[in-house]
Amino acid sequence: MSASSAFNDEKGGSSSVGEPEYGHDPASGGIFSSDYKRHDDLKEMLDSNKDSLKLEAMKRIVAMIARGKNASDLFPAVVKNVACKNIEVKKLVYVYLVRYAEEQQDLALLSISTFQRGLKDPNQLIRASALRVLSSIRVTIIVPIMMLAIKEAASDMSPYVRKTAAHAIPKLYSLDPEQKDQLIEVIEKLLADKTTLVAGSVVMAFEEVCPERIDLIHKNYRKLCNLLIDVEEWGQVVIINMLTRYARTQFLNPNMNESLLEEGSGGDRTFYGSDEDEDEDEEEKEKKAETPAMAKRKPYVMDPDHRLLLRNTKPLLQSRNAAVVMAVAQLYFHLAPKAEVGVIAKALVRLLRSHSEVQYVVLQNVATMTIKRRGMFEPYLKSFYIRSTDPTQIKVLKLEVLTNLANETNISTILREFQTYIKSMDKDFVAATIQAIGRCATNIGEVRDTCLNGLVQLLSNRDELVVAESVVVIKKLLQMQPEKHSDIIKHMAKLTDNIQVPMARASILWLIGEYCEHVPKIAPDVLRKMAKSFTNEEDIVKLQIINLAAKLYLTNSKQTKLLTQYVLNLAKYDQNYDIRDRARFIRQLIVPTEKSGALSKYAKKLFLALKPAPVLESPFKDRDHFQLGSLSHLLNAKAGGYQELPDWPEAAPDPSVRNVEVKDSVPEWTKCSSREKRKEKKVEKPFYSDSEGESGPTESADSESDSASGSESGSGSEESASRSESEESEDGSESEEEEEEEEEEKEKKKKKKELKKPVQESESEQSSEEEERKHQRKTKQRKSDSESESDEDEESESESSQSESEESESEAEVKKKKKAAESKPPSKPVKKESKKEKKEMSLLDLDDFEPAPSPQVTPVNTFLSNSLVTDLEGLSLSDTVLSPATIAPSSALKNYELLHRITGEGLSVEYCFSRQPFSPDANMVAVQMQFTNNATADTKNLHIEDVKLQSGMRVKEFSEIELLPAGETATAVMGIDFCDSTQAANFQLCTHTRKFFVSIQPPVGELMRPVFLTENEFKKEQGQLMGMNEITEKLTLDMKCRNEHTIVQRVTTAANLSRVPCGSDKECRFAGRTVSSSSLVLVTVATKEEGAAQLTVNCEKMVIGTMLVKDILLALTQ
Amino acid sequence: MIHSLFLVNASGDIFLEKHWKSVVSRSVCDYFFEAQERATEPENVPPVIPTPHHYLISVLRHRIYFVAVIQSEVPPLFVIEFLHRVVDTFQDYFGVCTEAAIKDNVVVVYELLEEMLDNGFPLATESNILKELIKPPTILRTMVNTITGSTNVGEQLPTGQLSVVPWRRTGVKYTNNEAYFDVVEEIDAIIDKSGSTITAEIQGVIDACVKLTGMPDLTLSFMNPRLLDDVSFHPCVRFKRWEAERILSFIPPDGNFRLLSYHVSSQNLVAIPVYVKHNITFREGSSQGRFDLTLGPKQTMGKAVESVLVSSQLPRGVLNANLNPSQGTYTFDPVTKMLSWDVGKINPQKLPSLKGTMSLQAGASKPDENPSINIQFKIQQMAISGCTQAGQTL
Repeated sequence: MSASSAFNDEKGGSSSVGEPEYGHDPASGGIFSSDYKRHDDLKEMLDSNKDSLKLEAMKRIVAMIARGKNASDLFPAVVKNVACKNIEVKKLVYVYLVRYAEEQQDLALLSISTFQRGLKDPNQLIRASALRVLSSIRVTIIVPIMMLAIKEAASDMSPYVRKTAAHAIPKLYSLDPEQKDQLIEVIEKLLADKTTLVAGSVVMAFEEVCPERIDLIHKNYRKLCNLLIDVEEWGQVVIINMLTRYARTQFLNPNMNESLLEEGSGGDRTFYGSDEDEDEDEEEKEKKAETPAMAKRKPYVMDPDHRLLLRNTKPLLQSRNAAVVMAVAQLYFHLAPKAEVGVIAKALVRLLRSHSEVQYVVLQNVATMTIKRRGMFEPYLKSFYIRSTDPTQIKVLKLEVLTNLANETNISTILREFQTYIKSMDKDFVAATIQAIGRCATNIGEVRDTCLNGLVQLLSNRDELVVAESVVVIKKLLQMQPEKHSDIIKHMAKLTDNIQVPMARASILWLIGEYCEHVPKIAPDVLRKMAKSFTNEEDIVKLQIINLAAKLYLTNSKQTKLLTQYVLNLAKYDQNYDIRDRARFIRQLIVPTEKSGALSKYAKKLFLALKPAPVLESPFKDRDHFQLGSLSHLLNAKAGGYQELPDWPEAAPDPSVRNVEVKDSVPEWTKCSSREKRKEKKVEKPFYSDSEGESGPTESADSESDSASGSESGSGSEESASRSESEESEDGSESEEEEEEEEEEKEKKKKKKELKKPVQESESEQSSEEEERKHQRKTKQRKSDSESESDEDEESESESSQSESEESESEAEVKKKKKAAESKPPSKPVKKESKKEKKEMSLLDLDDFEPAPSPQVTPVNTFLSNSLVTDLEGLSLSDTVLSPATIAPSSALKNYELLHRITGEGLSVEYCFSRQPFSPDANMVAVQMQFTNNATADTKNLHIEDVKLQSGMRVKEFSEIELLPAGETATAVMGIDFCDSTQAANFQLCTHTRKFFVSIQPPVGELMRPVFLTENEFKKEQGQLMGMNEITEKLTLDMKCRNEHTIVQRVTTAANLSRVPCGSDKECRFAGRTVSSSSLVLVTVATKEEGAAQLTVNCEKMVIGTMLVKDILLALTQ
Repeated sequence: MIHSLFLVNASGDIFLEKHWKSVVSRSVCDYFFEAQERATEPENVPPVIPTPHHYLISVLRHRIYFVAVIQSEVPPLFVIEFLHRVVDTFQDYFGVCTEAAIKDNVVVVYELLEEMLDNGFPLATESNILKELIKPPTILRTMVNTITGSTNVGEQLPTGQLSVVPWRRTGVKYTNNEAYFDVVEEIDAIIDKSGSTITAEIQGVIDACVKLTGMPDLTLSFMNPRLLDDVSFHPCVRFKRWEAERILSFIPPDGNFRLLSYHVSSQNLVAIPVYVKHNITFREGSSQGRFDLTLGPKQTMGKAVESVLVSSQLPRGVLNANLNPSQGTYTFDPVTKMLSWDVGKINPQKLPSLKGTMSLQAGASKPDENPSINIQFKIQQMAISGCTQAGQTL
């Protein structure tokens, strides 16, 4: 009490300034000794009609609560103030209520009506806080009221209130688990919410209430992935963890090909295979393709949704929040293909510079990861070196990681580090280091002797702990090859005189006993000494003395018979029953008597059996069955509420469950935009628009309801939004045509399929949609569009005009595009996904920004425009945050034929320049080849032979394709260093039966890679490449390509260059470097009136420059 | 999620408790105190302690343990990160985060904690939002409040909550528009006794103080962005733009914040700006040891090396040290055996040195341990990584 009264003194002091008439009361708080009296004074203040007095009283009460003092007897006085006008008093009353309502349920009911009123308040802040407090009061009687309030709030206009509703769900659930079913309904509804504000909270509620209802996620999966980057950081953690689990149940193991090699074949799988041949819906097909049976025959293809998740989480590795980084890291560790997991290492190493608590958790996880994927952290070995300022627990964990990382190549540096550590003053750490040395020695044969010698030297250390630890480790090491090291055993035998640490003594004795044949002279002597000191030894030492005696008796009974008898007699009367037992047991075994049974014959075998050497392994060995980053993983024990990470499924569940009928998922509240709520909106409008200005990315509710009421009107803005997403939409339109071409024959069947599908999904909109769909077919629209609503149809039509311009290329392009995705996602899903993505995004747009009503928003390029709108878009439309690699192919890829079907006798080969960096050699151009076997027989052993090249050129062949079954397609990537010339690379393409002469000739535009320059850099570089290095050409632009966007697009299609930001809209600038020699290539297109333009190319290599000018000229005037 | 929070001071008293769900008795902290006793150093208390019914996750900042009680599975980093955020917020509000400051502002602390967590799940952790909800206490405001009876609590929902830039409060107005960027770089190096660098890494942060009116959109570009090996951003930075152009483009929060932290890996050779010549010997048999330490600057590009502080943990056998610094002052704590030498500024003409003898425990043998030497120093206006800012635009 004295402490809190002191506090009152201060508070009272300050309040007395304002309230002189009450000044004596608070100030004299210390004088009142009894609780009763003091609370009386508070009650009086609460009853007064002055807000400032009430506030003062509440502050003091809250201070009491904070200290853990009981203030429950003030409950009636406080509850009266729940309707107080002063907002701070109110808040403090809430704090009080939440703390004590559970204890005083009846009185708490008095306050309920206030909250109920608050729930209807026009101010969203008040609604939210009323719901918050109402749900925080743990009074069982009001469960129905809470339920009602939550349901209502879940369809509230304000996303903030909906967020609060999501928070309230777990509260109610913990109060009354029987409400689960109803709550799941609310969760389902809120999961469909599209605002980032709600997403994190509702997933949290999902995890607490019904983590097993994974089916609720299907429809929202893609939306969650796309929203993820904009969700607040805490929500991100929860969502990522949940999605990890989801992905484990829905996708196939990306690393299964490796694991499959070990497995036998499953006969029943042919069922799927045959199924697949009869052509099916695209999705079905895709699914089948992913069954393990197929995986054996052809490379694994990742579900596009799986890829979406990996891609959208990757940028979050850059988060400032360690928990988010860790969540992404564990997601990659559990879900990503082996080749991609590496990206997380850097981010995790960065976390090691954070607070020590963060380090502690991260290191634990890194330790587990290093056991499975050692290669990942090897480049960062030095980051795990120990600093003298690290706390011991961090040091020990770092040692663990270092030990796990040790291999033949780096062991010498690690051991040198260890040597330094042994001299540390932190003895626990030294002991751990010695253990670590022991583990390195067992794992890496080469250094075993070195380590052993080092450890033996430590035996002469002055610190007993160090010596003891060394002895224990040496014992383990010696067990592996005892015959070589009898001198060490002798040396250790001498130590028994000095070492006092029981564990070490016991170890030495065991060693001598076990290998007494190697030290026949010393062993009996040791036993003699030990027998002398037997009574003073610790228990573990005594047990080992008995063991030693027994072993010696069996091998050398002449010398030791009496000693053994003596020791056993001593042990017989020991205080410890274990020792007495042991003595009795051993006596029976080794000393032959008439009674002793068959066992004693085998005594020697029993005692001197060859014992397997202990395996020194990491304590983190089997921890990876816990989800990394979880509490359970850290403790290596299952914590309450831990959700087991499921194993990968054998065959992927139907991926079509994640397809979304957008109209369906428009949340209810938008539909029921009642007049009342509209009014409210208007009240609040200035509040928002103030904040955001004209570009106002707010008013989410407004725009949403608009789009729901009339999807037509919505589509206008959607369209404009989608234009800014030009990259995506182009992909989409390209793919449309391709698909159509490829699938023409199958079209009929598909139609049937699709018509069936929506029937299940939404009956209400079925008919109209079907109409749309048929129409779409005729106009040769892409098929997967048909799943989406009319909004999108319009959109894609608008796009089709764009795509027309590319038509000439489109066919070839698309195929390339497919390949560009390499062996990652299968072609169709990619397209579908990009389409989907776009759709989601445009909806998102509506949520978060409503662009200015004029449909022709700023020129399309997001890189360029400085307007706030587009910048904001760039900020929040995270879905477009793809890695640069995926941005590049947006300027479509052209396909070239390498081998025609006829000449290739059924084998046709196409290639394209994927524009991806060729990772094995940066100076090479990546050429992606697609092999299609149109023959009836399988083709085997596809490989390259007899490469004929111009001098200086090099080729990195693709690895041989062993089998290409009839009708199948395979892709491979090879690298060619063209030496910055357009000379062809000639080689033979060989199958098991035939050889074909082929050649690849690159267009000049593919001989470069994009580089990023700023405007200033560009100007500077351009200045240095004048005169001979500059080529200028005048041209008249084609009618279709007078706008900036088309120019950019055509140039980037013709040459692998990247856009340079530029202040003027009359100029487009591009930059790149040639792949082999890294000479800079700068391109400028300056437009003038009437389609006149000037093209300037600056390049050190004049040949390249000249050819590039021709190519670009062609592209722009066509 | 987070059930309760206890604040424990260095002497093991619980001076604040807050519960977000049912009340958890403070006796649960006994497990924590047990662990605290076992740990030799304050920072050796394990961050996660399992107890029969709860799990305790704690962080130690400013000699205060923040102990969170949780009941079921939750990512430990989630809790740790949140607790650090709480401390940062307190620091932001009260200037310091000490026991006294928290006790003085217990009501504000309570209001903050109430807003930061709802049912154990973080609600508002952005400092800009919190400051709109609860005004930071200033002397002036306390005066005004006591006189007028107005409150510290904001009456409106912070607009940021609903906008796409939740980190920025709206309606900011300044008469002087200014923005400052501090680039702070730390080198972290391990140097062996022969003076060769084993590892050296540079860790840098850009702290910003932005006082701009309205909704400014800033870009910041670097001369040599490739230097930055690994970066982490404040959520306001547009990741896409950085990926594509290596330009930082952002709408800043109002006030102080950390824009970016980066890491320059050891691959780039790091020039350590100071060197140490040391000669510490213990002679066998005699109870004397020699101690000789000289510091000197190297590659500082003419900038002065300031606030140099050398500390070394001497072996246990050392009883006392009798040293003679050429500049600055030194202290030796005979209990912890910690020698620290406050050098101040290094004058390149007259290198600071610390020489003298150490007296060892009589009869004790020569210590085997090698004392390690920690050196902290500051150099104003120099970026070790060579990272330079190209320009900023509004």
